[in-house]
Amino acid sequence: MALAHLTSSSRSNLLKPSPPSYPTLILSAVRSPPPPTPLLSRLPFRSLLTNASLLPAPSRPLLKSLFLSSATWLRCGGWRSPPILYKAKLIRGFCHLYDGQEAVAVGMEAAITKKDCIITAYRDHCTFVGRGGTLLEVFSELMGRQAGCSNGKGGSMHFYRKDAGFYGGHGIVGAQVPLGCGLAFAQKYSKGETVTFALYGDGAANQGQLFEALNISALWDLPVILICENNHYGMGTAEWRASKSPAYYKRGDYVPGLKVDGMDALAVKQACKFAKEHVLRNGPIILEMDTYRYHGHSMSDPGSTYRTRDEISGVRQERDPIERIRKVILAHDLATEKELKDFEKEIRKEVDQAIAQAKESPMPEPSELFANVYVKGLGTEAFGADRKEVRAVLP
Amino acid sequence: MMVREALNSALDEEMSADPKVLLMGEEVGEYQGAYKISKGLLEKYGPERVLDTPITEAGFTGIGVGAAFYGLKPIVEFMTFNFSMQAIDHIINSAAKTSYMSAGQISVPIVFRGPNGAAAGVGAQHSQCYASWYASCPGLKVLAPYSSEDARGLLKAAIRDPDPVVFLENELLYGESFPVSAEVLDSSFCLPIGKAKIEREGKDVTITAFSKMVGYALKAAEILAKDGISAEIINLRSIRPLDRPAINASVRKTNRLVTVEEGFPQHGVGAEICASIIEDSFGYLDAPVERITGADVPMPYAANLERMALPQVDDIVRAARRACYRSVPMAAAQSY
Repeated sequence: MALAHLTSSSRSNLLKPSPPSYPTLILSAVRSPPPPTPLLSRLPFRSLLTNASLLPAPSRPLLKSLFLSSATWLRCGGWRSPPILYKAKLIRGFCHLYDGQEAVAVGMEAAITKKDCIITAYRDHCTFVGRGGTLLEVFSELMGRQAGCSNGKGGSMHFYRKDAGFYGGHGIVGAQVPLGCGLAFAQKYSKGETVTFALYGDGAANQGQLFEALNISALWDLPVILICENNHYGMGTAEWRASKSPAYYKRGDYVPGLKVDGMDALAVKQACKFAKEHVLRNGPIILEMDTYRYHGHSMSDPGSTYRTRDEISGVRQERDPIERIRKVILAHDLATEKELKDFEKEIRKEVDQAIAQAKESPMPEPSELFANVYVKGLGTEAFGADRKEVRAVLP
Repeated sequence: MMVREALNSALDEEMSADPKVLLMGEEVGEYQGAYKISKGLLEKYGPERVLDTPITEAGFTGIGVGAAFYGLKPIVEFMTFNFSMQAIDHIINSAAKTSYMSAGQISVPIVFRGPNGAAAGVGAQHSQCYASWYASCPGLKVLAPYSSEDARGLLKAAIRDPDPVVFLENELLYGESFPVSAEVLDSSFCLPIGKAKIEREGKDVTITAFSKMVGYALKAAEILAKDGISAEIINLRSIRPLDRPAINASVRKTNRLVTVEEGFPQHGVGAEICASIIEDSFGYLDAPVERITGADVPMPYAANLERMALPQVDDIVRAARRACYRSVPMAAAQSY
């Protein structure tokens, strides 16, 4: 059993407690680009270790919004509901929960605009809500109903919101990274001064296509930020078993990298803000977010065969992202305990309402089976299982 | 006009008409194109629109698809479609399926083009035909031009089309010249996707083919005509959507069908056409459907074996004769 190989020292690495005040960023291996002299071979690697300044005091509205963010919404109600809905078979197939990792989505969203693009893998519910998706759309899509963001045709892994710069929601591990570099390419081509955040996990970090896309992005100076959401487990495989080098922020080699405490929304925000400014001038950067997921990989994974319950509860106690913000808010008297409790109550109500509404939403019409195969169907025929029975003309 | 020129002019005109169109692939820029299809384009449109990529199909195809998500109109060139297998996940899972999965929110106006099928003496890893693989996938459109008119009209249609299009060219056709009318040379010329062309009318047997095999089928028709067999040659042009109405109409007229393709026989384009005819026009068939395909082997290198691994004009003639119940004695067919 894999657990037998784990020593207590490797356990404690994952449970590093955070300092109680504002975190510092660890700026590692940031390298200024070499001068364009084709005769010189690679310059010796230079690392620039700056002590990032302590964060300025976050504003009250910022903290409030972070607390009220998608994270809380989904944590209060959402994370309890999907397992229930899954057992009731209202949610089918895959369902990958994000709880524990909220600080990444929330902090990133706070640093950018809706003109910047985000693309991620299949753990996409929180990111979608951060981009303006509604709870009704989330729960309807999970249950495969018409009110879903993809009309019930995508499912848990395929949420999109193009007008808010959210390009999904992808099921193939690692594929979203070249796609994200392509979005950044198009942004640069369109001279938009906007950037793309392409998120992937520690499991996807070893994908070849990631390095292919990173190479091209660095060559062409694309404004893409690769964010590795390192929750330390690729499905059930711990990072030390999957990666010879788990320093994912260094994997870019010639591309600068930053490792960030991914359980701290303010640190994430600061890093993303820095990264956005960086890539618009210098081409790609890798951010590694040190984060954690409380649930298993998906609904079919109890999450305890490859890690201990102590580890999970330990992280929850020491590093929980929402608790941190709550503490900061209370410590600075930005809201009272009661106000925060009331927020949470409100949110729980909204979540329950959304689920109830979603249950009311009908399943897609049968004609929807053949819709959107093409933008321009050219009047061709498409067939059902029995083509003598079910045929449709694609408009 | 040579097919090469036809493709080059189509790329040029579409890039000129729409600033969102761009070309990326290996050697498309400074090398002027591995087969010179993109000659002159870098000079004319600059390195932002004609992009030389590293040899990383998965990476640059993903980047092309992502750019299409955002609204650009990339043309991704594969040096041959054999290398598209490195990127096939992006063609199928990222490009073909996204409009459906997003309920139409995200469209993918991309063209994947390059030479497909056998060249001459390039061996097993460089000779496969991918028509049936890509054509089986809903969400893709798959085109296969034969003549210069096809090349111009279909490539322009592909670039203008809002869906992902796989455009299967043929290396051996690049240097072939075809007469073209003034209409074809006009920059607004475009052919409809999903419509086949009757290259030669006939009344005794229908022969379907695409790409290089159209030329072979036409030669076979000449030989058959001397024997009093009038063959109708259909140039499919579009593998997906397949022009079932045209093929069915032709078979209802001739009552006999031979399908010709270069690719592997199992689960090929001919199999689909055969099934389609049986479903829709069974009563009209006077003979079993005949299939002429590439041999069921990886492509050998030796010239005589390569010749045996690909359809030849004689094979098409023989199959047409069989369909017309005028076959040669079986002694002529040896087993190896």
